[in-house]
Amino acid sequence: MAEAWIALALSLKVAAAATLLAGVLGVAFGYLLARARFRGRDVLDAVLTLPLVLPPTVLGYYLLVLLGRQGALGGWLESSFGIRLVFTWQGAVIAAALVAFPLVFKAARAAFEAVDPQLEAAARVLGVGNAAVLLRISLPLAWRGVLAGLMLAFVRALGEFGATLMVAGSIPGQTQTLSIAVYEAVQAGQDGLARVLVLIVSIACLVALLAAGALAPGHVAGSGLRR
Amino acid sequence: MTWTTTSHFEGSSDLLDAMRPSLTVARRTAMSHRSQRRAALGALLCGIPALRPALAAERRLLIAVAASLAPTLRELAAAFEELDPTVRVAITTGASGSLLQQLAAGAPIDVLVSADEATMQRARAQSLLREDSQRVLVTNTLVVVQPARGASAPIASLADLAGPGIKRIALGAPASVPAGAYARGALEAAGLWQAVLPRAVYAQNVRQVLDFVARGEADAGFVYATDVPMGGAATAAVRTAIAAVPTTPPIRCPVAISAASAQPLLAERFVASLFQPAARALFSRHGFGRP
Repeated sequence: MAEAWIALALSLKVAAAATLLAGVLGVAFGYLLARARFRGRDVLDAVLTLPLVLPPTVLGYYLLVLLGRQGALGGWLESSFGIRLVFTWQGAVIAAALVAFPLVFKAARAAFEAVDPQLEAAARVLGVGNAAVLLRISLPLAWRGVLAGLMLAFVRALGEFGATLMVAGSIPGQTQTLSIAVYEAVQAGQDGLARVLVLIVSIACLVALLAAGALAPGHVAGSGLRR
Repeated sequence: MTWTTTSHFEGSSDLLDAMRPSLTVARRTAMSHRSQRRAALGALLCGIPALRPALAAERRLLIAVAASLAPTLRELAAAFEELDPTVRVAITTGASGSLLQQLAAGAPIDVLVSADEATMQRARAQSLLREDSQRVLVTNTLVVVQPARGASAPIASLADLAGPGIKRIALGAPASVPAGAYARGALEAAGLWQAVLPRAVYAQNVRQVLDFVARGEADAGFVYATDVPMGGAATAAVRTAIAAVPTTPPIRCPVAISAASAQPLLAERFVASLFQPAARALFSRHGFGRP
């Protein structure tokens, strides 16, 4: 069962890095779309939400073509920096971050839209810069929604399978995450191992979902979580 | 779309029968625009032949085929359908190990074609096959392929796989993909498995190995000799580095009829057709050996 714990550790590492990546980009784009008015805003919103609805195989194919050694970005990364993303855990992070991104982005946008613009306007009148307004006014007021989005993104990244399998492959100890290990175990008829893995995934996801629920805006927390 | 246009379809009984439930439901509700649109969509979908219910007289066979044999079996299934228009033969494909799991889980598979005898033995041990229905269909050879372009190190023998310049070696997951199990066996026999293991990328079936190598993501891969010329676009992108990797046992691909087949006689006829001269010629053309 040692492989189960190795896969869990790898999954947690990949999911954490992917949540960080998706978090930074999701908050930035969520704020942009909540506050800025520009042409093509709805189109941008739809494009940014696309990873939520596209089949993982489609995302995997896009990533493979883009990040592969013969791809535009992948070829450049390899010839310039010697970086290879396909079949590496970093590749798995990118795949997981892509599918998790819309969850942060959507939650952040909704949370920012719920923040009273007058508070931000007042800060600007008092001479606070745009970046400081985001970090000191908007984000502190929207943090619950953003955090709930981050928790969901983490769970989604933890469970990512299709795109990860296509981009990062299945290398035990390197890119074989929990969800891929489950698949391999079932394919090979190793039901005992599959059961252990399935239980671990279920518990990890349940814990994260409960945490996300406790943080969701409007939730009346009984344990001092209220502002 | 309005109701006058929809009722225009009522002359066509085929369409109408399929639409009737959605029409009555839609009429009962307040005939909002939305329900009209839904009915129109239903009419549109029923017009697509593939979505119509199957003809009662049609008999269906589901053949589960190891990935390496799928292209040839597809051709042979089409030929079998041409002989008898009331028969539909569907092919489902994957690694032999996955097909076995699907069969064990109750998939309505009539005939199983595996890439190795070990998988078939596991199926027989679980009583999933009809008694005495197993026959060796073809033989195959394991080869090592490399990307055709790009400057990965030359490979002349298995020992070169452990050398510098080879970073990633693609092979089927040995636990479920026979080509991967054969590759592992060959590497173990050569005392190279421990050296190759850190470089191994497990693929879900032998076709995926070919794809990994063709894209240049893997520096080498283990596939069957028959996969190389049938790889489609991948063919030009790979070259054979080692033409025959010694394997024990020799690679024999058996065929058998599922114990749960609802059409055992038809399945028997299909299996028999695979041993006809025309089918044998096609197997040979695709590089398979005679048992």
